[in-house]
Amino acid sequence: MGSNMAECHPVAFRWPLKAKTDHGAVLMHVDPRFTRTSAACDVHVPIRAGSDIVFLGAIINHVINSRRWNEDPFYREYVVNYTNAATLVNPDFKGTEELDGVFSGLAPDGKSYANASWSYQRNPAPGKGKGGLGPFSDLLLQQLPGRPKTDPTMQDPHCVLQIIKRHYARYTPALVEKVCGCSPEQFIKVAQTMLENSGREKTANITYAVGWTQHTVGVQIIRAAAMLQALLGNIGRPGGGVLALRGHATIQGSTDIATLYHSLPAYLNMPDGRKKHDSLKDFILTEAGPVATSYWGNYPKFAVSYFKAQFGAAATAENDYGYDYHPKITGDHSHMPMMLDMGAGKIKGFFVMGQNPAVGGQNARLQRKALAKLDWMVVRDYFETETASFWRNSPEILSGELKPADIKTEVFFLPAAAVAEMEGSFTNTQRLLQQHDKAADPPGDARSDSWFTYHLGKRLQAMYRDSGNPLDWGIRNLAWDYEPEAKEVAPWRIKDEPSAYRVLKEINGYTVADGKPLATFANLKEDGTTACGAWIYTGVVPEEGKNNAARRKPDEWISPNWGFAWPANRHIMYNRASADSQGRPWSEAKKLVMWDPDADSGTKDPAGNPVRGKWIAPSGEGIDFQPTKAPAMVGKDAALGFDWLSGNDAFIMRADGKAWLFAPAGLVDGPLPAHYEPYESPVANRVYRQQSNPVAKVWRTEGNVYHGVADPKYPIVVSTYRVTEHHLSGTMSRWLPWLAELMPELFCEVSPELAAEKGIRNAGYVTIVTARGEIEARALVTRRIKPFVIDGKKVHEIGLPWHWGWQGNAKGDVANDLSAMVGDPNVSIHEGKVFTCDIRAGRKGGRS
Amino acid sequence: MAKGMFVDTTICTGCKACQVACKQWNGLSAEPAHFGKRPGVPYPVADNFTGDSYDNTGTLSATDWRHVRFIEQIDESRREKRWLFSSDSCKHCSDAGCLNACPTKAIVRTDLGNVVVQQETCIGCKFCIPSCPYGVISFSEETGTAHKCTLCNDRIHNGLGTACAKACPTGSIRFGELADLKKRADARLAQLKGKGEKARIYGYEEADGLKVFYLFADRPKVYGQPEDPVVPQRRLVLCSLVTILTALGVGAAALVNFRERLNGRDEEESHES
Repeated sequence: MGSNMAECHPVAFRWPLKAKTDHGAVLMHVDPRFTRTSAACDVHVPIRAGSDIVFLGAIINHVINSRRWNEDPFYREYVVNYTNAATLVNPDFKGTEELDGVFSGLAPDGKSYANASWSYQRNPAPGKGKGGLGPFSDLLLQQLPGRPKTDPTMQDPHCVLQIIKRHYARYTPALVEKVCGCSPEQFIKVAQTMLENSGREKTANITYAVGWTQHTVGVQIIRAAAMLQALLGNIGRPGGGVLALRGHATIQGSTDIATLYHSLPAYLNMPDGRKKHDSLKDFILTEAGPVATSYWGNYPKFAVSYFKAQFGAAATAENDYGYDYHPKITGDHSHMPMMLDMGAGKIKGFFVMGQNPAVGGQNARLQRKALAKLDWMVVRDYFETETASFWRNSPEILSGELKPADIKTEVFFLPAAAVAEMEGSFTNTQRLLQQHDKAADPPGDARSDSWFTYHLGKRLQAMYRDSGNPLDWGIRNLAWDYEPEAKEVAPWRIKDEPSAYRVLKEINGYTVADGKPLATFANLKEDGTTACGAWIYTGVVPEEGKNNAARRKPDEWISPNWGFAWPANRHIMYNRASADSQGRPWSEAKKLVMWDPDADSGTKDPAGNPVRGKWIAPSGEGIDFQPTKAPAMVGKDAALGFDWLSGNDAFIMRADGKAWLFAPAGLVDGPLPAHYEPYESPVANRVYRQQSNPVAKVWRTEGNVYHGVADPKYPIVVSTYRVTEHHLSGTMSRWLPWLAELMPELFCEVSPELAAEKGIRNAGYVTIVTARGEIEARALVTRRIKPFVIDGKKVHEIGLPWHWGWQGNAKGDVANDLSAMVGDPNVSIHEGKVFTCDIRAGRKGGRS
Repeated sequence: MAKGMFVDTTICTGCKACQVACKQWNGLSAEPAHFGKRPGVPYPVADNFTGDSYDNTGTLSATDWRHVRFIEQIDESRREKRWLFSSDSCKHCSDAGCLNACPTKAIVRTDLGNVVVQQETCIGCKFCIPSCPYGVISFSEETGTAHKCTLCNDRIHNGLGTACAKACPTGSIRFGELADLKKRADARLAQLKGKGEKARIYGYEEADGLKVFYLFADRPKVYGQPEDPVVPQRRLVLCSLVTILTALGVGAAALVNFRERLNGRDEEESHES
């Protein structure tokens, strides 16, 4: 669901196909359209775009009320031990059943939630822990909460399982039919297949991509899938899980190493002027306090080592490791509000690398107009993208709305190197780092992004070298030395390419005293003696000169000697859950990690005798758990990290060691996924009175007008998406004639039913209109698209691939001229998968 | 030692990587006919949108040695839904019509069984074009010669597989020893038949056996392949016989007629006499 894997991840799709042909796996595709993925699956169930939570919620309801789930002891053992199903929630919590579609804590203006009532019931806080761990850890020890209260019988009305039962009781097959537009039989087929293929002997996987993320409820859709998989015992086990297919190569890596504005490398939060982040101590206590009883209890080590990596020798305990000089965010600087700020003249300069917002940005017209308000813009790409050329031939220029003479933006267009022209590593969807070599020098002046960034940094440092302004301390003291060794650049024309190895080594971490790489993040320290750019990658360079990302020894299964999977070469996260509460494999077929009570743990007891018992993985898989913590071991209350966690707390990154069916914290739009209609929808919400996500990010501003619910002017649902033949906004494909001829121009997929209503001819032109813009496209009339009947009303959907723009060998209008800036409240992603529009036969301006 | 390819269309995802890999390895340009001029645009712009499912390149040609077909089989109720994909190319027939027809012996079979047009000796007579029952071979106005897939002749004679098979992400196109490929194909066919699917192999019998053969989920004609392909030269004996017999027949008839006319004349003459 939420993924068109065969088209958008065609190489990875070989594995589901192999599972089908070689192992008899059943592939099911639940998607509004019949795509090349659907064609390869055993089952395709079409549902209306944006109705996923109803479908998933109904599967949850089906599962937890099924005989199999209630009678097979496997599920109970998994759920009681590894999820928070048994945990008791604050009696003040009220859910959507009581509040007609919202949760307790909604602010009077209805725009934000306070989550105090979503919290756990807890035992009294423990006594003060014993200090001596380190300056920051000792402080964390002083503010630990009591353990959550549980009811292992899961009968208490405040326990999570009972809350979930009540919450999803109304998510029935009949509701699915009404809201999703598929038959109850189709739904039952999917729900029952999931249930029957999950358990002790079998596991089921759910794979998603941006078909789930690009919604105002994107995070909650994924939460619903995670809940279902946790209830079915499908997490931490081979063949299970929720697989997030990332948008393109090494998007996972760029999230890990933090291209996102609110994140530091390795998922530490960005220092934030709006939070209690006044000093490094405040930062650590604020961020690590709520999670210190998980492996995040090591936050002080991660944070201090990060600042040591940033500022090197200049970072000392006395100056808080340079914390004060590190950038801090002051607001929502995610892409959409950033572009609105740019349009308002608040942003002067813009670096565009690996991006083409003039085509790929939501409400692209508004984004292009924002570019015109800059002083300067640097675009680095292979070809003159639409972003680089907006000032001379964009639709706004051609229409006369903007004039080149009036645009003061100075555009610097710099040629970029392609991937084969540089060395580095990709981190894939499954967190696997794979090294790639440089095959050739880039032509002419083209350079890698790392070359550009490194030399820009060096020049800036030179400019600030003599500055006495304390504000400039950060740039003056930035550790910025990635000079290549002679042998690294010997084969190449370009001699000043920064060393990819040195960058990776800094990310991996090293001991400050001797510069030796760290083999494991267990060796990180909070006293400034270690430096580490991103703790989750530690181990990729375990010793000087060795790069585990370059390993290429496959085997028939986990392949631990192929590349490097973060963290610590663990390919399946939370894999402690692949064994039962006694540490035994759930089944022979699904064994992965297990407790061996006789194995030498490598440690000695106080009397000097070897301690027996450790976790083992015959496949060579990294063990995502404390290696010597026995299954029956009970964690200490006044302790951090692993010491707090018990032998069954498989979910080591959660503060309670459990998979969260109910999220007491961390989400801004509710502890449980509830169905809200997309922000623009042709129908009213049939599940609750609350129409759409109350706290969705909306920007009511000129040029970003939204359509009303069931707006008669815009009755048709539109989804934007990609096809195999092009890449994203087309910068890597539309300039290649080989690819241009495969999908030559923008087209719109229309059902024959809608085509008949509107007089649309196949291959003829259509015009598509929203309050944001108007575009034309060629029509592809196909039964792969179908109208839905939603609560008795016919709802048409159309599909719009968004690869095209006005530049390149394959051209077309910009599909994103139609979309609005509206986003998920947790992560600010736009709602590109569903909004409303109107369509008519013929070209723009009434031409036929 | 015969090499070939097995195309399992049931695991083809229609990604067209084979089409592009073929062009890249063989140095083939995009099809010029797919591009046009736009006012004020200094480079060619693709204008070949067809509306025929996801197929915009249409056919094999002198620059398109591979072509992926898209066949949508969806009924109005959407209960029966199939989208079939099939990557088509030269079949490297054991009895190759093009090779038989070539007057200059420019078309040859190599020791690995593949059929190649030697550009140096092709005179552009086009005899090969109607001789291919699959419409594979094409004439290039640019070079004045015939072109088609060579089974990556240079690659396979240097220990590499074909470019299309190398690029295929799902293993739908496989290159190898024919015997091995047939084993794989038979196993896959048995698997699908076991599931009650109406799959079939195309290429075991046709044209004395195709070195590039297919697993289809429907009748060959659905994939645009002739159900009963006949290499023209195969008809030679029959055609010759028919021609000879016809000639004999016509001759005999003429003779008879002539005789009859003579006899008649005799009769007439006798009448007259």
